[in-house]
Order: sequence, then C-alpha cells, then structure tokens
Amino acid sequence: MSASPSNESAVGPAPERFLDERKSMSCIHCGLCLSSCPTYLETGNENDSPRGRIYLMRALQEGRLELGAAPVRHIDLCLGCRACEAACPSGVPYGELLEHARDHIEKHHSRPWFQRFLRRVAIERIFPYPQRMRWALLPARLVKALGMDAVCPAWIRDALALIPESPSSIPIPAVVNPEGTRRVGFISGCVMSVMFGETHRNSLELLARAGFQVATPSDQVCCGALHAHSGRLDQARAFARRNIEVFEKAGVEMIVINAAGCGSTLKEYGQLLAEDPMWRDRATAFSSKVRDLSEILAEREWATPTPCASDAPIVTFHDACHLAHAQRITQPPRKMVKAAAGERYVEMPESDVCCGSAGSYNLTEPEMAARLRKRKIENILKSGAQIVVTSNPGCLLQIQAGLRAEGADHVRALHIADFLVSDRAGWRANASTATAGDSPDTGVKRASGESRAR
Amino acid sequence: MPSTPRPGLDPALLDEFRRIVGDAYVIAGRQELLVYECGAYTLERNLPHVVVLPASTEEVAAVARVCAREGLPIIPRGAGTSLSGTVLAVEGGVMIALTRMTRLVSIDVRNRRALVEAGCVNAWVTQAVKGHGLLYAPDPSSQTACTIGGNVGTNSGGPHTLKYGVTTHHVLGYELVLPSGEVTWLGTTWEGGEDVDGLDLRGAAIGTEGMFGIVTRVLVRLIRAPQAYKTLLGVFETVEDASQAVSDIIRAGIVPAALEMMDQLITQAVEQAYKFGFPMDAGAVLIVELDGLAPGLERQAQSVTEICRRRRAREVRLAQTEQQRAELWKSRKRAFGAIGRLSPNFITQDGVVPRSKLTEMMRFIEECSRRHGLRIPNVFHAGDGNLHPLVLYDERDPEQVRKALLISDEILTQCIALGGSVTGEHGIGTEKMDFMAKQFSKDDLEAMKQLRAVFDPQTRCNPHKMFPGSKKCGDFHPKKQAAA
Ligand SMILES: Cc1cc2nc3c(=O)[nH]c(=O)nc-3n(C[C@H](O)[C@H](O)[C@H](O)COP(=O)(O)OP(=O)(O)OC[C@H]3O[C@@H](n4cnc5c(N)ncnc54)[C@H](O)[C@@H]3O)c2cc1C
Ligand code: SF4
Ligand code: SF4
Repeated sequence: MSASPSNESAVGPAPERFLDERKSMSCIHCGLCLSSCPTYLETGNENDSPRGRIYLMRALQEGRLELGAAPVRHIDLCLGCRACEAACPSGVPYGELLEHARDHIEKHHSRPWFQRFLRRVAIERIFPYPQRMRWALLPARLVKALGMDAVCPAWIRDALALIPESPSSIPIPAVVNPEGTRRVGFISGCVMSVMFGETHRNSLELLARAGFQVATPSDQVCCGALHAHSGRLDQARAFARRNIEVFEKAGVEMIVINAAGCGSTLKEYGQLLAEDPMWRDRATAFSSKVRDLSEILAEREWATPTPCASDAPIVTFHDACHLAHAQRITQPPRKMVKAAAGERYVEMPESDVCCGSAGSYNLTEPEMAARLRKRKIENILKSGAQIVVTSNPGCLLQIQAGLRAEGADHVRALHIADFLVSDRAGWRANASTATAGDSPDTGVKRASGESRAR
Repeated sequence: MPSTPRPGLDPALLDEFRRIVGDAYVIAGRQELLVYECGAYTLERNLPHVVVLPASTEEVAAVARVCAREGLPIIPRGAGTSLSGTVLAVEGGVMIALTRMTRLVSIDVRNRRALVEAGCVNAWVTQAVKGHGLLYAPDPSSQTACTIGGNVGTNSGGPHTLKYGVTTHHVLGYELVLPSGEVTWLGTTWEGGEDVDGLDLRGAAIGTEGMFGIVTRVLVRLIRAPQAYKTLLGVFETVEDASQAVSDIIRAGIVPAALEMMDQLITQAVEQAYKFGFPMDAGAVLIVELDGLAPGLERQAQSVTEICRRRRAREVRLAQTEQQRAELWKSRKRAFGAIGRLSPNFITQDGVVPRSKLTEMMRFIEECSRRHGLRIPNVFHAGDGNLHPLVLYDERDPEQVRKALLISDEILTQCIALGGSVTGEHGIGTEKMDFMAKQFSKDDLEAMKQLRAVFDPQTRCNPHKMFPGSKKCGDFHPKKQAAA
C-alpha cells in the first residue's frame, strides 16, 4: 500500500447542474435513512443506500466523478420506493433528486442494447398505451396457456409470471351514479385498465356506494409515472399536460385513483411542471384534487364490524411504497381493512419494505426484484395471514407471482377495492359527505345499475 | 464492476478478499469508495483502499488474518452514523463493514437476553421483543439506523440513559475478532449465567471506537418495559429557567427516565419539520419522562409540574395518548435531522458539564455564537449535563468552516474548564483527539495505550484515533479539501 494514496479531485469537463443545489445539499449525511432502504438491506453496500446514491449524484454534479457504469449501476438499482424520504429527518426530496439524476443519465449515458430495448420500447412505447398493451400481452398469454413458459430463459419466465391468470379489461361508462351530488373524476390508468378490469368495477362500486358521481373521461392518457421514474421527464410532462386539460374539462371536485404508483405521480404534477410558467398553476390545482381511493373512502365512516367468525381468514396489509412513502398514506387503508377484518387483522413484519415490483423494475432489475419478492413473501408467511391486501397493481402482481413461486397457495393477494367489495362490511353515511340520496338508517346506498358495466 | 480501482493496493490481495466474502462484497473501485470516505461527521474525509462486507465471524476473521499478514490497517464500520470521525480511514486501509451481519440470532425471553450480530440495527432489537413486554434500553437518537456493533464501539447512550445507563450497562458479552484474526469472547456467554469465570474483561473494549478489534456478535440484556409512562412538556421563557427546573427536579429526588432540553432555534426547526405543536416563541422546552408503576407516577408528575411552574414555566403539557408520546419522541430524536432545513452542514459537539454549570455553559455558547456570527442551536440530555450544541456552517465557505472549527474548540475547552468532559456519547474519533491531552494526564493516556497494546500491539485497528499526537488526514494529504 502506498503511504499517501491520493484522493483524486475533479475529473472531466465542467459538469452539468442537473440537481437543485439547495435540495441536494439538504442531505446532511446523517445516515438515518439507511435501514429503511430495501436495496441496502439486501446488499449492505452503502452505494445501494439513499445516502450513498445522493453522494454519487452530488459527486457527478460536482464533477468529482465521471458518469460511468459504476454510479449508473447503483442509481439503476434504486427502486424509487422512497422509503428513505419518509425516514429522512431533513426532508430531502429524494424522489425528485432521483428523477433528475435519471433524466441526466438517460441523456448522457449509453446502455447495452437489451437494456435500451427494455427501457425505450417496452416501458415507454407499450405499457403506457392500453391498446398496444393488449396486443403485447397476447403472445405472452399464449405462451403461458400452452405451458411453454417452462422452456423460456429465467428472465422471461419471471416476466411472464407477473401476468395475472385472468387479466380482465372492461369498458368503463362515462358517468357512474349520475344522481350522486359530488362529482369526482376517475383515473382509468394504463396497466390497470387492461389487467384489472374487475378492480375498476369494484372501485366504482365503492365510490358509488359512498354517494359520489364518478366521471371517467375516455380521452385521458397514461399518468406518465413510468416515464418520470425512468428518467424521461419531457415525455412525462406531455402526458401531464394532456391529463390536466382533460380533467379541467370534466369539471370534477376530486380526482380518484386506485393505483398508488400513478397516484403519487399525479400528486406531483405541480413539481413536474414547476419550470413551465404556462402550466405551473394548472398543474398544482390538478394535483391538489388527487385522492387515493382509500383516502376518499376513509373519510366516510365505517360501521362497526360484526365480530368475525373464529375461522374467518386472517388478513394483513402490505404498504405500497407509492402510498406509504410517496404519499405518506398508511392509516386510511388500514382503518378500512381493519374495520372489515376485525380481530382477524394482523400486521406483518416490514409491511412497508418494497416488494420489488416498483413499476418496471421487475424488467430492468430482475435479480434484486426477485430477492425483495422473496423477502416480502417470507414476511407475509411469518404473519400467518391468508389474505394480503394492498393498493397498487404492481405490488399485487408481484406478490401474487411470489406466492405462486413459493408455493403458498393458501394465501391470496387482493386489491383493497376487491377486498372491501367482497367483504360484508357495511357503510354508514358520514353526515358531512353524505348525498341527499343516502339513507342514514340503512347507511348503504347501492350503486346505480350503470356502474355494473358489462 | 468496471470502475477504476483506487491505486495503492495489490490486486492479488483484492482477489484474496473476493475469495473470502464473494465478488459482490469487495468494493475497490474509486467511484464506489467515495461514500465510505466519511461517516455522519463530514468535515474530514479520506478514501479507504477497499471496503469488505463479510457475512460471518469466520469471514471477518479470515479478512483480519490477511490484514495481519500484510500489515494493513483495519477500520471497523457499522452504519457510519458516527459524529466524530471515528470511521475515518485516515491513511486508507481495509474497511470492514458489518452491514451484512444484521441477524437477530436468538432471543431468550426467560433470561431476558438476546444474541445479535453486530450489524443488527439498534431499533430492531426492541421491535422484536416488545411483544414479550421487553425492550433494549440504550436508545440513541440514531437508533433506527445505527448498529449494535457501532453502539458498543462508542458506548452509546440516549435520552433514557439518565435512568437506565449506557450501552456498557446492557451488554453482557460479545464476540471480538482481534486485529490478528483470532476470535475471542469477552464477558458472559449465551450459555453462561450473569457471572463470568476468571477475569471479566467485558468492559475493556466497549467504547474503544473500534481500536481493539471487530465485534461480530453481541449478547445484550433486555429489560422489562415499564408498566406506564408520563411524558411532560414544559415550556419556558428562557434556557436559564429550564436549567434551574432540571436541577430542582433532580434535587427533589425524582429520577426521570429522560430529561431533555431544546432551545428556541432547534425547537423552531423541529416544529417546522415535524409539526408537533411546539411553541415557536418559547425560549426553551423541557421534555420530562417518568416511567414505572402506574400508581406512583401520578404524584411524581404533579411534583414535576409544580417545580416547572415555580421556575416560571408558561405551560406544562402532558402527553395524553401513546401516539402523542411517540410523536413527541420522534420529534426530539429527529432533531439533528431538522437542522438540514436550517443549514447545509453542522458540527455537533458532545460536551458534558456538571449539571450545576449548565446555565453558565449555555451563556458561553450563546456568546460564542454572537462573536463568530454562526448560529448554534442546542438540543441536549439536560439530566446528565450532556450538551449537543450544533454549530451551523456552509462547507462551501472556507471562512465558515474555519470558524465552525474554532467554535467547537472553544466550547470543548470551556467544558473542561468547568470540570466536565469533551464527549458524553459521540466519541473522540479524529475530531476531538487533541482534547484528550487537556482532559487526561500523560500517565492516564499511557495506561490507555498500554491496554490497547494488549489487543492491538501494532496499532493497526482503526489507527490515528483518540490518542493525541496521532496523524491526521491533513498529514497525508497536505492539499486535502476540507470538504468536497
Ligand atoms: C442524527 C444522529 C443522532 C445521534 N444520536 C446519538 C445519541 O443520541 N447517542 C449516541 O450515543 N450517539 C448518537 N449518534 C452517534 C452515532 O449514531 C452512535 O455513535 C452510534 O453508536 C454509531 O453506530 P454506527 O453503527 O453508525 O457505527 P459507526 O458510525 O459505523 O462506527 C462508530 C464507531 O464504532 C466502531 N465500530 C462500528 N462497528 C463496529 C464493530 N462491529 N466492531 C468494532 N467497532 C465497531 C467504528 O470503528 C467507529 O469507531 C447520533 C448520530 C446521528 C447521525
Ligand atoms: S437522505 Fe436524509 S436521512 Fe439520508 S443521509 Fe441524507 S439527510 Fe440523512
Ligand atoms: S427510493 Fe427506495 S431503493 Fe431508492 S434509495 Fe430510497 S429507499 Fe432505497
């Protein structure tokens, strides 16, 4: 070992400022975020931790580090789950820093062709478009139906495992429960609308039961989450502008979303378009109206559940990262799930540690995704639950695939809307939000026939 | 991974480490070593030559043996939350991070003890045993991230130290890999009773900042969780009044579980960050926690309230629910973090003064702040006179960096002058080395060095720490940036 190894300083030409100086400097390097980070929990490498990644980003920005494979590797491995943000005492807006770093990487770093294909074609050109997605799913479903997946390479098998057994898509009526007095908009989403038709039906049913009139504009587009998270901010902005316009026209009081991942992006349109003076205010107004399904439902009062039979299934809740960390919503969905499950509700260990799904992460980082999936299933099994409820389609697919892989057939994973509709839990109208149509004594307002879309 | 290796270490050695711990767990690229150039104390930085992440005691020992053979320095590292440069790789070297050894190996509810790996996060222990009505008492504010190994390294305390003591009071025994690579166990074993056969050397390596070897497993004591809590928040116009109240409470024979003070600046920052409902205009707030059997608590809470009122408290609030109590502690424990909202950098000092000198010391700090023009909020364990003045500076301004260092120096010197000490719990590290000579006599220091030599005759384990006269990064890198 040399006696005085040198600490190289600046490298390369004057660096580009891609991070907001003040926001990146708000990280005081305290390390309190470390143990909340799923990738760090798995590898123990600080470069795979929030503190490490922020250090890498800052070093790139300051020109202490050249943009090469190593820093890109560690930033790629980030799930974007934002558990670190919830843990950080200093209020570092990690998600935002990450998006800007990724944007910078996509602009200046060249990747191997396969990664490029995944990112540019699959994630950006197929997923966000329901029609294309339907076509893209066809061969995959064929492969599965014919049992040919067994002969595919591992990464294809992993990807295929994510496709639900019976993806259902349903046409959604333009307006559900027209007699409801409070008019809210519904985000039909891209992946959701293709794979989770039944969940949409149930979400609409719950909203109608709660007395809302629900409008679902057909000309809305993908929320842009997949683009924003993979560093294609301009594309995400284009989608955002479109949605803002569409929902302004719809004249709605609130905008409801049943997918946590999209919800967090929709709530951040204000930031996404902060640099655009024409759109900034409209974006902020849009974001302020966005509510997660559980948020809006939890405002209503739930009837005290009738005591559960002692053999009723044991239920637990998995916090979707984009709900618990990005939107800091942990109590409303629990309140409802607990109300329905009563005594049979249990908390699982690490309920808010990412399941490894994280948008398109499964496709781009299959190895880490599989490790985290396994960790999640182990925790579910430890809790003894037979039903695990969550609120994001990505988590649902991931957990379902994981349960199958681990042979845990006795456990079912359900979207919160599906769980609540299937349950006998009753409603009680809350005076402040009740519509004229609600009858306080029965407390239950059936959905109008219209919501029962075929 | 294609990252330029840091020059200075024989590639064959790297391969040897890879064979021991696996390719993915040897970090040698310069780009990836960067984050390991410091811990939470960022004023001094230097790259280690390599970071190794072992998964078992055997792997730690094997790595240590290679280091011994090659005469390489070893720097043990946990979560790197250290605030005094204790994890700084002063002349490079082999950093051994315990962050893959995170398991809770075994819990013995009946005998109230748990065996954990050194990389296990402090808060996980209590989480795992709270269902049994037990807890692990030392609760540093960093407990959600810092490791039990790191706690042993710095003999960590926390707000509840006042009643329950520090790490050394709750560690029954531990496995230590000596710098030679030999594995030993100090103190009680898993099978053993409370007593140790032969010499009880358990205390010897606790608080030695990684200089005596690498702790790999720790047998910790669990205590029964208190039956009830009463947590009070006293709001005062001045720090003086609050300090007087602290003395009065202790004098009245009450032993609170915790007795914490926050001055106005920090209260404001914490309030902005966590919206607990602290008054923004109060000169100081006092958090008093009483715990124990429910019946006695009521009376004690009343006495504390009266004492506070006598010292002109504007208001004394009682946490009404467990939720409120949890939020109050969360705000307090995350106080350092809230500083990020006031300033890009801070140095926190950790001086201790006799409780009777608290007021005087606080006045001194205020005067320092005024004289040098840097803000110094204060949050501290008032019950044991352990201060945490946070000197705020911006690393991009060299003048501020210089002043921050100067202020730290003045504060610590004053602590010694008032009959106190330069560290309550954060350790000496590289930061406070020079103060050791002021606080201890030559003979004392010599005795410490002799003890160390028993464990680490070559002073290879976490070298250049704690003892005055050790080399500093600056000696190796004359042009080292104070901060990057
Ligand atoms: C926001 C914040 C609040 C804090 N609050 C407190 C507090 O209330 N009380 C308190 O006492 N401290 C506090 N600290 C300081 C710090 O968290 C503690 O010193 C903690 O014990 C360090 O643990 P770590 O795992 O991060 O160890 P590190 O910082 O990685 O290491 C600390 C020292 O221990 C040695 N070490 C680490 N692991 C091992 C091992 N396995 N074997 C041998 N030596 C080892 C290292 O060499 C080093 O000398 C705080 C820090 C921060 C950032
Ligand atoms: S991101 Fe927050 S918690 Fe993590 S090191 Fe930075 S300031 Fe600390
Ligand atoms: S977003 Fe998630 S994976 Fe990424 S650094 Fe934060 S906690 Fe870790």
